[in-house]
Amino acid sequence: MRYRAAALASLRIVPLDVLTAIYHRASGQTHIVEAPVPEILAALGEETMGVEAILDRLARDYALVDPDPAALTDRLEELAAAGLVARA
Amino acid sequence: MRIGPAGFRVGSDWRRPIAELENLYRDYPKPEDGVPDFTVRLFAARPWRRFVRPAVMIGGDFTIPDAAPLPLDLGLLAAEMGMNLQMALAQRRYLLLHASCVERNGRAVLMTGESGAGKSTLAALMMARGWRLMGDEFALVDPETGLIHGFPRLVSLKNESVAVMQAALPQARFGPPQLKTPKGDIRHLVPDAASIAAMAVPAVAAHIVFPRFGLERAIREVPPAETFVRLTQASTNYVALGERGFDALTRLVTSVPATAIDYPDAATAIRQVEALA
Amino acid sequence: MSARLLVAALRDPASVAEFNAAGWTALISAARAEQMIGTLAHRVAGLPMPAAAARILDDARASAEQGRIAALWEAEMARRALAPIGVPVILLKGTAFVAAGLEAGRGRHIGDLDILVPRDRLEEGEAALLAAGWEWVKPDPYDDAYYRRWMHELPPLIHRERDRMIDVHHTILPLTAAPTPDAAALVAGAVEIGCGLFMLSREDVVIHAAAHLFADGDLAGGLRNLWDIHCLIGEFDAPGYVERLRERAQLHGLLPAVDRALRLSQWLYGAGAPLTPIDRPFVRRLLGRDGWGRQRRKVSEFGFYLRGHLLRMPPAMLARHLWTKWRKGYRPVG
Repeated sequence: MRYRAAALASLRIVPLDVLTAIYHRASGQTHIVEAPVPEILAALGEETMGVEAILDRLARDYALVDPDPAALTDRLEELAAAGLVARA
Repeated sequence: MRIGPAGFRVGSDWRRPIAELENLYRDYPKPEDGVPDFTVRLFAARPWRRFVRPAVMIGGDFTIPDAAPLPLDLGLLAAEMGMNLQMALAQRRYLLLHASCVERNGRAVLMTGESGAGKSTLAALMMARGWRLMGDEFALVDPETGLIHGFPRLVSLKNESVAVMQAALPQARFGPPQLKTPKGDIRHLVPDAASIAAMAVPAVAAHIVFPRFGLERAIREVPPAETFVRLTQASTNYVALGERGFDALTRLVTSVPATAIDYPDAATAIRQVEALA
Repeated sequence: MSARLLVAALRDPASVAEFNAAGWTALISAARAEQMIGTLAHRVAGLPMPAAAARILDDARASAEQGRIAALWEAEMARRALAPIGVPVILLKGTAFVAAGLEAGRGRHIGDLDILVPRDRLEEGEAALLAAGWEWVKPDPYDDAYYRRWMHELPPLIHRERDRMIDVHHTILPLTAAPTPDAAALVAGAVEIGCGLFMLSREDVVIHAAAHLFADGDLAGGLRNLWDIHCLIGEFDAPGYVERLRERAQLHGLLPAVDRALRLSQWLYGAGAPLTPIDRPFVRRLLGRDGWGRQRRKVSEFGFYLRGHLLRMPPAMLARHLWTKWRKGYRPVG
C-alpha cells in the first residue's frame, strides 16, 4: 500500500506541548496528535510513498531508534481513516 | 433586549413571562439598530393549552426537536433557556465557551467545568466582591482580536446557592422562584449595575480555571493540549467556526495559563482563584 | 406574511433598501425558518442595510461556507470508501450543487449527504460504507424493514467519528409512489463533475428537485427547493433545454410535477407565470411563514402531510404506518 498526505497548504499545524493540534482545511476537522504523526506528515511531504520509503526518511531525518514497519502501517491506517493521508 | 453583543426578541403567547423579563432586564439596552440577532418564542403546545394547564413550548429561530414543555410558572426559565439555546446552536461570530467569566482591571478569568462545578455561584460571589460579572454561562472569544466578550444574562442560581447569594447580596434583585425545574429549584439574580453598564466592554483573557466542587483543596497546572481539548468540549460552536475557531482556541491556550482547582467550599475556591489572577 | 418578504428579497435584492428594522427582523426570521439565510445573505451582500443585519448575514455566509466544506468532505470520504469497489458516487441535492459550483449551491444549507447508487451495487456499497465507519442510525426492526421494502433509499447511516449522515438512494421516489422514475436512466445519464464525483444530468437534476418537492413529505422546505429549481433552470437554459427537460420528465412519469415546479418557481422568483386553481393552495402553504418565523395554516399543513404520504403509499399501508408511528408517540404536526 502506498500513501499520500493531505496537501501541506491544507494543514495548519500548531505545536501545543508534547501534543500538536492540526487543523485540516479540506475537512474542517481538528486532530490532536502526538509524535510521530507530525513527523510522518513531514516525511511524506507532497509525495506518494510506500511504508519502507517513509521509514527510511524518518530514520534519516529523525534518528529513529526502532524502525518498525508494522507500527508505522498502523499509524498510516489511522491517518487514512481520519483523512489526513489517502491510500494511493 | 441586548445581552453583551447579542440582541434578542422574545415573544410569548402569555403576558406573564414577558412582564417578568421586562422587569428583570429593565436596565439592559435594546438590540442594536432595532434588529435582534435571535428570536425566541414561547408558545402553547396546543391552542387550548394557552388556558388549560398552560404548557410552554420553547421555539425560535433555532430549536431542538423533542424539547419537553414547561408549566407557565416556569415561563421565565423557558425564556432564558430559549435565549441560551439560540446562542448555543447559532452563535457564529464568537467562539462560544460554556464558562462563567469575571473581570478586574481589564483581565478576565474564565471558569469552566461540568454542571455542578459551581461556576455560576463562584462568578456571582466574585461579583459580590467587586469583580465585574461578564457572564455565568457563556463567554465569547473574538477570533479577530482574541479578546473575551461577556454575556451577562441573569445569573441562574440553583438550590442552596440561592440562599448563599441572598446573604451575600441582600440588596440585589432576584426573579420569581422557579421551583421543581428539571435542575431543581432555580432563582435568577440580576447582575449588578456596574456589570450591566460595562457589558459591551471586552477584556483580555488572563486565566482559565477548571473548578471542581466537593473535593480536598488541590491545584494543578493544566497543559495547553489538555486545555484545548477541554475547551473544545465546552464549546458548542467550535466545529462550526472552522479555521477561525481553531485560530481563536490555539491562541487562547498557548497564551493564557490554565489551572484545575478542587475546592471543599466557596470561600476556599475564591481565595484560590483570586491568588491566580 | 414574512415569507413574502423573503421571496421578494431573493427575486429583487434591491427591494431590501426599503426595509425598516421590523422588516429586517421578519425577513431574517423567515429566512432562518426556511433554512435560506445563507442564500439570502449572498443575494443581498453589499447592499445598504443596518449594521446589525449586515453582521447577521456575514455570519450566515461564513456558516454556509463551513457547511460547504463539511459537505464536500463527506462526499470525498464516501468516494474514498466506494472507489475501491468501483461504485461511482453520484451526488444529489445540495452537495451536488456545491461540488459542481452551481448558483443553487451559493450559501445553501446542506444537511445530510445524499448519493445515488445503482440498485444492483447497493449491497456492496452498503458493505463498503459500513467497513469505512458508517453505522445504522436507529436499529429499529420496523423502520428498517419498512425502508428496505418500500423506500427509495437505505435506512440512514451515520459516521461514527464524524457524526454525519448519509442517505444512500437507489432511485428518487419511494417504491410505493405512483410515478416510477427510470433509475437506470438516472445512473446512465450522470455526468462527472471533477474529483471522481458525479451528479445527475442537467434534466434529471431538475426532475429530482421537482419530485422531491411534491412527493416527498409535506412541502416543508418548498421555498428553498423552488429556489434551487429557479437557479438550475437559469443556469442550464439554452435552446431546446426545456423541451428536453419535459421529454425526460415524461420518461420518468414526472411531467405534472415538473410543470408545476416550473410554474411555481417562475411565479415566485422569476418573471411570473399563470397559476392553475390547484397551484393556489401550494402557494398559500409556501408563503405561510409569519414575521416570527411561524408556519401559519396548520390545517393545510396536516393536509399536506397526508397528501405527501398518500402519494407514496397505498391507503392500507398508510394506516398501518401511521398507527405504528403514533404508537411510538410520533406527532406529524408541529
